[in-house]
Amino acid sequence: MSIPKITARNVSVSYGAKQAIDDISIDVDMDHVIAFIGPSGCGKSTFLRTLNRMNDTIPSARVSGDVRLDGQDIYAPEMDVVQLRARVGMVFQKPNPFPKSIYENVAYGPRIHGLANSRAELDVIVERSLTRAGLWNEVKDRLSESGTALSGGQQQRLCIARAIAVDPEVILMDEPCSALDPIATARIEELIHDLRGRYAIAIVTHNMQQAARVSQRTAFFHLGTLVEYGRTSDIFTNPKEERTKDYITGRYG
Amino acid sequence: MNGIVLLILIVGLGLIAWAVSRMRALGFRRRLGTRISSLPHHHGWYVALWTAAPPLLFLAIWAATSPALVTDMVLGTPAAAQLPPPGFERAAILSEARALAAGRAHGAFHTLSRTLAPAYDAAQARVDWIATAVVLMLALAGGTYAYLRVRPDFSARTRIERVILGLLLGASLIAILTTAGIVASLLYEAGRFFSVVPITDFLFGTHWSPQVIDPRDPGASLGAVPLFWGTFFIGAVIAMAVAIPFGLLSAIYLTQYAAPRARRIMKPVLEVLAGIPTVVYGYFAALTVAPAVRQFAVSIGIDWASSESALAAGLVMGVMIIPFVSSMADDSLAAVPNAMRDGSLAMGATPSETITRVMLPAALPGVVGGVLLAVSRAIGETMIVVMAASGVATLTANPFASTTTVTRQIVDLLTGEAEFDSPKTLAAFALGLTLFVITLLLNIIALTVVKRYRESYE
Repeated sequence: MSIPKITARNVSVSYGAKQAIDDISIDVDMDHVIAFIGPSGCGKSTFLRTLNRMNDTIPSARVSGDVRLDGQDIYAPEMDVVQLRARVGMVFQKPNPFPKSIYENVAYGPRIHGLANSRAELDVIVERSLTRAGLWNEVKDRLSESGTALSGGQQQRLCIARAIAVDPEVILMDEPCSALDPIATARIEELIHDLRGRYAIAIVTHNMQQAARVSQRTAFFHLGTLVEYGRTSDIFTNPKEERTKDYITGRYG
Repeated sequence: MNGIVLLILIVGLGLIAWAVSRMRALGFRRRLGTRISSLPHHHGWYVALWTAAPPLLFLAIWAATSPALVTDMVLGTPAAAQLPPPGFERAAILSEARALAAGRAHGAFHTLSRTLAPAYDAAQARVDWIATAVVLMLALAGGTYAYLRVRPDFSARTRIERVILGLLLGASLIAILTTAGIVASLLYEAGRFFSVVPITDFLFGTHWSPQVIDPRDPGASLGAVPLFWGTFFIGAVIAMAVAIPFGLLSAIYLTQYAAPRARRIMKPVLEVLAGIPTVVYGYFAALTVAPAVRQFAVSIGIDWASSESALAAGLVMGVMIIPFVSSMADDSLAAVPNAMRDGSLAMGATPSETITRVMLPAALPGVVGGVLLAVSRAIGETMIVVMAASGVATLTANPFASTTTVTRQIVDLLTGEAEFDSPKTLAAFALGLTLFVITLLLNIIALTVVKRYRESYE
């Protein structure tokens, strides 16, 4: 087992009076893609959003527990959220490119974080990010066109390129393929394979085949609690918990 | 008087028709116990409409035509032979006789009107009698026709629906027709003006002094450029310099930063600004802001500053427009999907970077549209400039100097004592038409911009 990048211990989140997740402990590391599965409303997305403090944008959300990135408490008062989110990138369920050109979409992060000293350096970052996201060959001749004019799958890869451009250590993906067709989904899954090892990756998915294909670790959430967490092969072939078995065999959810 | 009695009669007959047919329809239901196409009250309304609508329509037409009918009858009596030939005096005698007959006048100036009054009385009585008879006949005929159609399989429901459709269509047509009428009257009066004053003199002339018009060349003192400039300067430059930054910044605060509680309190308070009558803004501008502006100007060494400065009127107008710009910007920012904001925040952008680099560019078309609508409101605004701006047209870009606006001049031109078809008064219509065309264009552009933007997110 490699050294964990993120360690979450006893994490609970509530929205006002409603408890969304309760006492979750999970590690995310560089060598294994971890998939969060479970029925709708089980808290898997909420948990994902605690890892880069995106729950901060919801005024009623209260987070307790301990989340560390390389041993550093990300909820500590001295933690700079801007730096945290640059290190822990995120890809959303619905592709959300900015209404700017393809180039400007990818250059957005490097610009706000001052990663490039010249236009030439920025060009290098943009090309590298688009290449890693498997989009470069499709868009290299039309970088100045609007990002919103791309197809859904291309938009999602653009969003991945945008996240990669700030050189994060962790990439969180919140159901990245749920708005895409099967072909676009397959390309994103290939991409996740390629990115593994360079980035620590956590992915929320509704699709159990997808979890089985792309991840090496799987965590099964149900009603805000972590039911089972282990090797993907074990979870899918030999689940310990009855509820996990029922879910992956399609008995509910 | 008689009209009111007839109206009550028609409504009463309608009510009776409603009640009777509803009863009859209730009976169907009990007897058959099967599916029926219309509820009892649909049948009631159907028959009531047939009973009341034709006589009402008749009354409306009758009210417009019967006075002429009465006059014709009176002219046919022997006493009318003594009337003077058609002209002012004849009309005066007739209207006096009519007033006497109706009991609205007690004494008469012309003796002849006293003789004609009984004839008027008789004619009016006959006309009223005819009206009552026709109303009753129409009501009975319509009511009976409709009542006979009330059967279980008769679909009164769809017919009522058609009547409602017609009513709604009529209501919306009235607003549109009124607009068309206003435009037509503006065009007509402006056309009369341009037959006296060449349109090029009016649109491009730089000298405006309607008080002194040379009858041989009225165009020379009716050049509207100083007015257009003053309107643009006060409404689109000074007022917007106040309204755009404050409106936009408050919208950004309210949508992006304010806690829900702060928003709940601040938004309505801001909107109160829009509810203040413009005349109140007017005297605030004239009594408070204008002297303060002048004092400030004098204190920085401009001792000729006007107490009717463009700045005072423009500042207050800008404050008036703030809630307008703010609520348009608020809507546009709220229409930007949350995914945009989250996407940017997740990249590690701060809230202000997110707003300036993602939210505002995305909301820009909506904001621009809102600003254009605000400009069109500002240049059409009258009360503030009537009270705080000057009546003297000067072509100046100095905010401390006095300038006038199109709306202010329209008020001045129409409140004078000149006769109604002089170039001076007609100029008001030409100004009104120009203003109308400009605000119409601004509104069309603004709405197109806003619409195109809305489509891109749906």
